[in-house]
This record gives sequence, structure tokens and C-alpha cells, in this order.
Amino acid sequence: MNNRTQTQHSYKTRAKRLPKLISGNRQWVGLLYISPWLIGFLILELYPLMASLYYSFTDFTLLRKPEFVGLKNYIQMFTKDHNFWNSVVVTFKWVIIAVPLKLTTALLVALLLNKKLKHINFYRTVYYLPSIFAGSVAVAILWRFLFMREGLVNQILSAVHIPPVDWLGNPDIALYTLSMINVWQFGTSMVLFLAGLKQIPGDLYEAGRIDGANKIQQFWSITLPMLTPIVLFNLVMQTINAFQDFTAPFVITKGGPAKSTYLFSIMIYDNGFKYFSMGYAAALSWLMFAAIITLTAVLFWSSRYWAHYEDGGK
Amino acid sequence: MRFLRKSSVYALLSVLGFILVYPLIWIFFGSFKTNNDILGSIKLLPAEFVLEGYRLGWAGSGQFTFGHFFLNTFQMVIPTVLLTTFSSYVIAYGFARFRFPMHKILFALMLSTLMLPPTVVIIPRYILFNNLGWLDTYLPFVVPALLGFSPFYIFMQYQFLRGLPKELDESAVMDGCNSFKIMTHILLPLSKPALVAAAVFNFMWAWNEFFSVLIYISSVSKYTVSLGLRMMMDIDAATTWNQIMAMSVLSMLPCALFFFFAQKFFVEGIAKSGIKG
Repeated sequence: MNNRTQTQHSYKTRAKRLPKLISGNRQWVGLLYISPWLIGFLILELYPLMASLYYSFTDFTLLRKPEFVGLKNYIQMFTKDHNFWNSVVVTFKWVIIAVPLKLTTALLVALLLNKKLKHINFYRTVYYLPSIFAGSVAVAILWRFLFMREGLVNQILSAVHIPPVDWLGNPDIALYTLSMINVWQFGTSMVLFLAGLKQIPGDLYEAGRIDGANKIQQFWSITLPMLTPIVLFNLVMQTINAFQDFTAPFVITKGGPAKSTYLFSIMIYDNGFKYFSMGYAAALSWLMFAAIITLTAVLFWSSRYWAHYEDGGK
Repeated sequence: MRFLRKSSVYALLSVLGFILVYPLIWIFFGSFKTNNDILGSIKLLPAEFVLEGYRLGWAGSGQFTFGHFFLNTFQMVIPTVLLTTFSSYVIAYGFARFRFPMHKILFALMLSTLMLPPTVVIIPRYILFNNLGWLDTYLPFVVPALLGFSPFYIFMQYQFLRGLPKELDESAVMDGCNSFKIMTHILLPLSKPALVAAAVFNFMWAWNEFFSVLIYISSVSKYTVSLGLRMMMDIDAATTWNQIMAMSVLSMLPCALFFFFAQKFFVEGIAKSGIKG
């Protein structure tokens, strides 16, 4: 008897609970699941972002409390710090050379790898391989060995009677050498391009062929326009990354020779963690943030004119 | 004609691929050369195979062996990877299966942090961790991992979860499962590919991480492999080439192994949600 009422009871509550579980209450539970991220976001992203803005208006070494100094840091960087303008120029050069070079390579290789061939997966693996060591010190060391004065590249050059080049020691060349090295790890962009190429419907090419378009015309009027959303995505992500590149220039050239590879991130590191001028470093980092936001906004805005969306945009 | 075209594509792919991986092959064989051999010849294979580079490099120059740095790296990487994978899964489940208030805004915020440059927030984070007394420990890596610090992995798992039919959840609700049990007993077993992909990615990222380790870790006894390599490079690059090469090869080995075992997940993983690198 007792047993039966219990079952009846539980059936009743279950019947009552069911609709609530599916709508209503059940949805609020979601907040519980994302709460770790929410906490992390507030403490590790939002607070530091605001704090670094505040620090950028202070004189702050770790030993003393931050002292509000207004625009002093910004004035100093624009008018007194001779490293600053050099670093700005070097960083923009770096972004302008390294990003298009990497993306063009990634696209060309993706076109090659998009063919339906046997063992194509093996080749994809090989071409991606360098990218698994992205940002590693070992790879930076490897390149330093290859391009130093007595390194393998110059040894090969001298074997074919070409005079050696001071790849990393000549201030006019070092940044270009580094951007060349940087191309090597194009794997991520390549894989994204490959995924994009797979999405292009085959009948577009069919129609192109009927209209008598050759391979090159097909590339310019079908492949490339269809890929523009992925070009935009790659461009944005690679630009953001390029602004912050650190490991390779830090380990290979240490920002030298003659500060010719002194990227902004190295400058932030030096000011913040070598000289412990946290306020100044925060100002530098906010300036970099502003540059990145501006550039990203320009890219997104300009994409209206060159990016093609099947559904007519947005 | 067709055959010719095909084989020329193969030839091109092979030559380019060979040039691309040649530096890796070169450093691998270089690590078995003597120092004179590295400097004196452009031949790929060593004139004589020596293990000197590995023996002396492993022993290290200071008070710590490279084995010590490897252990340190594992101590940092393993908890980071496990916690990141788990926490990003839970968070992704929250975003994928529930429509709570402000869902859209929060999700957009989460994605936008993908584009927030870490360099901008590094100084306040450093000061925060300093005040907490976490500097020179691995806590600045482990605790954020618990908080689903990397939106990249959340997004990856989110995409995967959205691909699993909602009927699964609904029938589980009928059977009296609560939402937590749905996650652990119904969806988790189906999500193995996404979990593996996230873990592999995260492993490689954490293993290669340099900038933040450089900033948060200061005493040599806590050094990871990246820092150990850099130290070696700075002290005596001119004299101990084969040692540095040997340790570089060893440091690349875990990532290479992971890559070959999990490459199926890997390339698909980036294609579905790829952002890193």
C-alpha cells in the first residue's frame, strides 16, 4: 500500500516536473555550466584589460604603488623614447611583409593539395608538419643555426660559389630573413583554405568550363571570390598574431642587430619585465591594442567591397 | 597526357614537401654529428654517428639535467591539458544546450576574447599573480585552465556538441536524467573525437609555450624545456652545437608523436573551427 502511493506520487511529480525541465528552469542551469568561463572572463580578461588602461596613466614599478601621472607615459613614448618609433616601423613592416607572404603561400599550397590524388592525405600531413611546432624555441634555434654566418644556408651558397650573406647579422636583411622563416609555418591557414575550397560547388566550374574559361580565369573569377570569407578570416587572425610575434625574433635575433627586428612585443617585454616600468609597458600594450583594433576594423569594413558571401552578406 | 600532368603534380608536391621538412631532417641527423662535422660539411648524414650531443646535453651545464626540465614541463602541461579539456567541455555544453538570458551576448563575448591579444593583458595578469603569490609556480597555467581560459577549445567543443541530436537529451530527460547526468553519461561518451582533438591541440600549445613561461617562471629549478633550451642557447651556442640540437630534437619529439597518432583528428579539428597558429 505504502509502496504504491510512493510510486503514484513519484509519477505525479515527474509529470509535473517534465515540462519545466525542458523549458523554464532547465535553461537557467546553463549559466551554472558556463560560470567557470564567466569567472575567468571577469578576472583574467576584463579586469586586466581595464587595469592595464589604468596603469598606462601611472608611474608603476612593482615595488611602489601606482602613482597617477596622466599622459606622461604616452608623451614620453611619442617624444622621448627613440626605440618607440623604430619599433613601430619595424612592427608594421613585419606585419605587412609576413602576413601576405604566409597567406599567399598557404593558398597556393592549398590549391595544389586540393587535387583528388592518391596519397594526398600523406602530403597534407607533410605540409602541416612544421606548424605543429608553432612558436617553439626549438624551431627558433633551428633557424638560427641554418641562417647564421657559418650556418647551413651559407655553406650551401659557398658550395655553389655564391658569396655568403649575413642573414641575421645585417640590419638591412634580418627582418626579411625572419619573415621568410615565418612563412614556413603556414599550416593552419592552409588547412582553412583547403576546407574552403571543398565548399565551392563543382557546378560553378562546370559552368565556367562551358563558358570557355581556362584554369587561370576560373581561379580569378570563381575560386578566389568564393574563398574571400576565409581570406578575411585568415587575414584578421594572422594580423592579430603577427602583431604579437615574439619567440622567433626574441630567440633568433634578440631584436637586433641595431634593433632592426625589435618588434613591439619585445619592447613591451623589455619595459615590463626587464626594467619593471609596468606603467610604461601598459601604455605601450594599450597602444598596440588600439592598433590591432583599428586594423581589424579596417579589414572588416573594407571586406564589404571585396568579400563575397553566397547569402548576399551578413 | 593525363598521366603526365598527374605525375608532374606529384613531382612538384614531393619536391616542395621535401624542401619544407628538410630543416627538420637536418636537425635530426645533425644531433648525431660531432661539432666539427656540423660546421665543416653540408652532408646530411653524419660522418660518424655519435651520441655525445645527447649525453652531454641531457646532463646539462648547470645543476639541473634536461630530464629535470622535461619533468617540469610535464608537471605544467598535463594538469593544464586535462583541466582545459574538461572545463571547456562543460562550458561548451552550457552554451550549446541551454538558452539562458543573455546567451547571445555572452557567447559573442566569449568569441571576441579569441581576438584579444594576450600581450595587452599580460601586465595586470602578472601583477595579479604576483599579489596572489603564484609567480614561479605553475598555478598561472593550471588555474586559468580550470576556468576555461581558452575560448578556442570551448568553441571547438561547442561546434561538435551542436552536431549531436537534441533528441538524445530529451529522451534522457524522460528517463529522469538531470542535465549533469546527460552531459556525463549521454553526451560525453559520444564526444570522444572532439575531446581528443582539443586535448592534442592544447598539449602542443602548452608544450611549445614560451612567452608566458618566460614571464611567470624565474628560478631555474622550475624551468620548462623551452626555457632550458633558451638558457643553453644563450650560455654557449658557439661550442656545444650538437648538444643544443640534440635537446631541440628531444623537445620536439612529444609534439611529433602526438601529431602522428592523432593526425586524423587534427587536420579535421582545425578545419572545423581552426584559429590557432
